[in-house]
Amino acid sequence: MATYKIAVIGDKDSILGFKTIGVDTFPATESEDALKTLKKLVSDEYGVIFITEELASELHSVLDELNKRFLPAVVLIPNSKGTLGIGMDQIKQNVEKAIGADILFRKEG
Amino acid sequence: MEVRVNPTRMELNRLKKRLKMAERGHKLLKDKRDELIRQFLILVRKNKELREEIEKELSGAFAQFLLARAVMPSVILEEALMYPTKKLCLEIHKQNIMSVYAPKFTWVEEESTQGEESSIYPYGFVETTAELDSSIETLSAVLSRLMELAEVEKAVQLLAEEIEKTRRRVNALEYVLIPKLAETLKYISMKLDENERGALTRLMKIKDVVRAKM
Repeated sequence: MATYKIAVIGDKDSILGFKTIGVDTFPATESEDALKTLKKLVSDEYGVIFITEELASELHSVLDELNKRFLPAVVLIPNSKGTLGIGMDQIKQNVEKAIGADILFRKEG
Repeated sequence: MEVRVNPTRMELNRLKKRLKMAERGHKLLKDKRDELIRQFLILVRKNKELREEIEKELSGAFAQFLLARAVMPSVILEEALMYPTKKLCLEIHKQNIMSVYAPKFTWVEEESTQGEESSIYPYGFVETTAELDSSIETLSAVLSRLMELAEVEKAVQLLAEEIEKTRRRVNALEYVLIPKLAETLKYISMKLDENERGALTRLMKIKDVVRAKM
């Protein structure tokens, strides 16, 4: 059984804490850096990649592609400025894609 | 929109078989889709709950970390975090949800080789602040659920993809292939009947002619 590693990409303020719990950290502030890192990590042995929403917001097409694959699992996390709601939005999109209508988040109406 | 075919009895039989097959496939795929959606709904609800929880907790941890960063000189902070006490390794198994393969994560912590009983804090408490401690405590507490979120979210994404594909197939069978086949079948049987009637009248006519001559 091959073992995989866990990585986190984000701005330094948000991800330094992850280092202490044993996750590999890759600081990036620009989406281009993040994209480069992400590509490197995908071809490497990373099973789970956490990425801050702020960076992910500009990498939509790449992430969509990755989401169709078995590995790696890319998970959006909020950064130190709080959540942007992109992670939630992704769940919503998945529901719409699968069922055709948004039945989880629909407001009463 | 019927298929252009030779209106023969052989063709009729062949198409009848195809129609039967298409209907069976349609029923099976429909069942598959229904079950996929059921599984999907269970997972997506869990996904939503987990994400809500985790986003709240992580934001809290980050806020505290930011505080710690503000209070402490960044050199000391980075020095404190430079050598983590453990390393996370991930084992990945396949789990099968309705023949959709999703990864299942189990993680092991590899303690680094420090002789003493290792805590989650990789630093001494002299130069660091309490905010850093609590930030890291929250982070390591949230980790197991973070991994669960990764697993669930991946499964949800893969399921959504599969459901979309299955639904497209169901619809193609239901609204395109099956009606088309049915129409062609009707066309062939009409044509055959027509031919038969044609042959019959011809026979009768010939019989009349022959009789008149006798």
